[in-house]
Amino acid sequence: MILRPRISDIKNIGYYLGKITIGLGLTMMVPIVIGLGFREINPILDFLISSAITLLIGIILTRLCRTEEDLDWMQGMIVVSLSWLVAMLLGALPLYLSGHWKSYLDACFEAMSIFTTTGLVLVQDLDHLSYAHNLWRHLGNFIGGQGIAIVALSFFVKGTSGAFKMYVGEGRDERLLPNVINTARFIWLISGVYLILGTLILGIVGMSIGMKPSNAFFHSACIFMAGFDTAGFAPQSQNILYYHSLLFEAVIIVIMLLGTLNFNLHFQMWFGNRKEIWKNIETRTLFFTVLTLSFITAVGLNQLKVYPEAIALFRKGFFHLVSGHTGTGYMTIYARQFINEWGNLALVGLICAMGLGGCICSTAGGIKMLRIGIFFKALKQDIKKIILPESAVVSQKFHHIKDIFLEDKQVRSALLITLVYLGLYVLGAIIGTWFGYPFLDSLFESTSAAANVGLSCGITDASMPAVLKLTYIFQMWAGRLEFMSIFVLIGFFIAEVKGR
Amino acid sequence: MMKKMILLVIGLWFLVTNCFAAPISSEELIQNAREYDGKTVVYKGEVIGDIMMRKEFVWINVNDGVNAIGIWSKKDLTRDILYTGGYKSRGDMVEVRGIFHRACLEHGGDLDIHIEELSKIDSGMVVTEKINFAKRNWAFILLGMLGLVLILSNILRASGASREV
Repeated sequence: MILRPRISDIKNIGYYLGKITIGLGLTMMVPIVIGLGFREINPILDFLISSAITLLIGIILTRLCRTEEDLDWMQGMIVVSLSWLVAMLLGALPLYLSGHWKSYLDACFEAMSIFTTTGLVLVQDLDHLSYAHNLWRHLGNFIGGQGIAIVALSFFVKGTSGAFKMYVGEGRDERLLPNVINTARFIWLISGVYLILGTLILGIVGMSIGMKPSNAFFHSACIFMAGFDTAGFAPQSQNILYYHSLLFEAVIIVIMLLGTLNFNLHFQMWFGNRKEIWKNIETRTLFFTVLTLSFITAVGLNQLKVYPEAIALFRKGFFHLVSGHTGTGYMTIYARQFINEWGNLALVGLICAMGLGGCICSTAGGIKMLRIGIFFKALKQDIKKIILPESAVVSQKFHHIKDIFLEDKQVRSALLITLVYLGLYVLGAIIGTWFGYPFLDSLFESTSAAANVGLSCGITDASMPAVLKLTYIFQMWAGRLEFMSIFVLIGFFIAEVKGR
Repeated sequence: MMKKMILLVIGLWFLVTNCFAAPISSEELIQNAREYDGKTVVYKGEVIGDIMMRKEFVWINVNDGVNAIGIWSKKDLTRDILYTGGYKSRGDMVEVRGIFHRACLEHGGDLDIHIEELSKIDSGMVVTEKINFAKRNWAFILLGMLGLVLILSNILRASGASREV
């Protein structure tokens, strides 16, 4: 028998959703400050309107649903899944008001891409977008990368077990510190320190390649936020090609790799456990897959003589492979060049890299390295079982922060999530093909959306069918939250309709 | 006779290089990059973003309304460029003639144009922002509502707390 949700459930969900909405409204003040700095009047008005609407909704929700109760698992998951939809709908307001998006759906698409750190864009005339709106796009990457719910709660809530449920709901289940709020704050600390360092380095590189100092540092802050949070947004329409610099691209490769690493690994490194990076199953798997897929991509590009020089092969082939694998989506070629020039083998290498994704507990999407590593270990264990005598007891260990014995339930859970991801990639590809796009193009774009990468082969465009836009929005949302909280939300609605 | 021949050849050369050289769009160049690779093309658009000096050369990015393409030029050719496009400015409109590269060997595989000639066809300008009054009015109304809701919710909270006491 399905039980219909109680009023107290809805009140609890509404209350925490309200808090997150208030948090979102307050973050809209940051672009206002930037707008004031650059004297951009209409963008300031866009953000004042959007912030006021968002705060009004948040305050009304918290007042109407006022409660002292903590969240249970179901409520926590629903708050998370709904908060990303609310963030999309309200975060799209300033974008739409700017007039640089053709429709509200386009603005919503971009907002979902921003918060899920995907990087697919529908903006028109990006080169004339205001500093305030550009900052909002990149700040959104930074907020979304940490997790919308947990960002809001780490500032507005003092120690709650409900926060842990939301932390898990946002696709993370590793705590760096015993208290999840402290974990979230530590993630902020890591990101903040890297932000200062990264902005400084990229800013200096920017000036050295001839950019004006103000532009160099604005761009560097934006590029860092979008690079470290594996989002792939950039302030100019050419993305990273705008800078025409090997040094700039090399720094970005380092930032992308840092962003795709597990925050737990950063934590270990910060506290002196540097050996962890060499021992950890995720970094080993990442190293192996980057190497293998780089080789496949390079062979593919070489066969067609796409880049007949090593430096070009590095700057185009390896750069995009790392960009796809880390889930960032930075580009130094035009979208159609993938299809027109790269050839099938190189594209397959890149699609695989995008699908595999980065490390768990990072800002990257995709299947993730821990799960791939577990598959390898399980395979090794099974082969050992076949080779060794039947009486032999075969155990398999892997190292992830500590030594862990491989169990069937870990393999099952990894397999389940992997299957759902693969299903999501294929679903988008089928819908893309339905609308007349070639299958490989559709699979490329679908994998990019569902694994929150943001590389595009040209399908993502303001003129694409609305159903396809909605499909990609769903894929970005589901891929970022790793499905569980979305399944709970669906279950909640079913219970509301069918429950007693 | 010889003079006439020379004049004819010069005339034809000008005709081919200038008059018949209609600008090619960025879409056309990107879509058919292999076809245009290594050929002289004419491309037209607005200079956007930064003018990035690299020793005696310079990178500019020129947007034709669909895509922006990197233009590699000698510094002195870009002397006339005064405005570059951004939120508060409309960049100079330029027409460039140069060699198109699908994957430039000199620049790490970038799709770019190495120019031989640049002409400014329209001057850019600083764009004066006009206040959108409808937005301004909505901002006032919504901020007023927000203030009102905050005051009301504080009154309600205070009355609730005193009732509890």
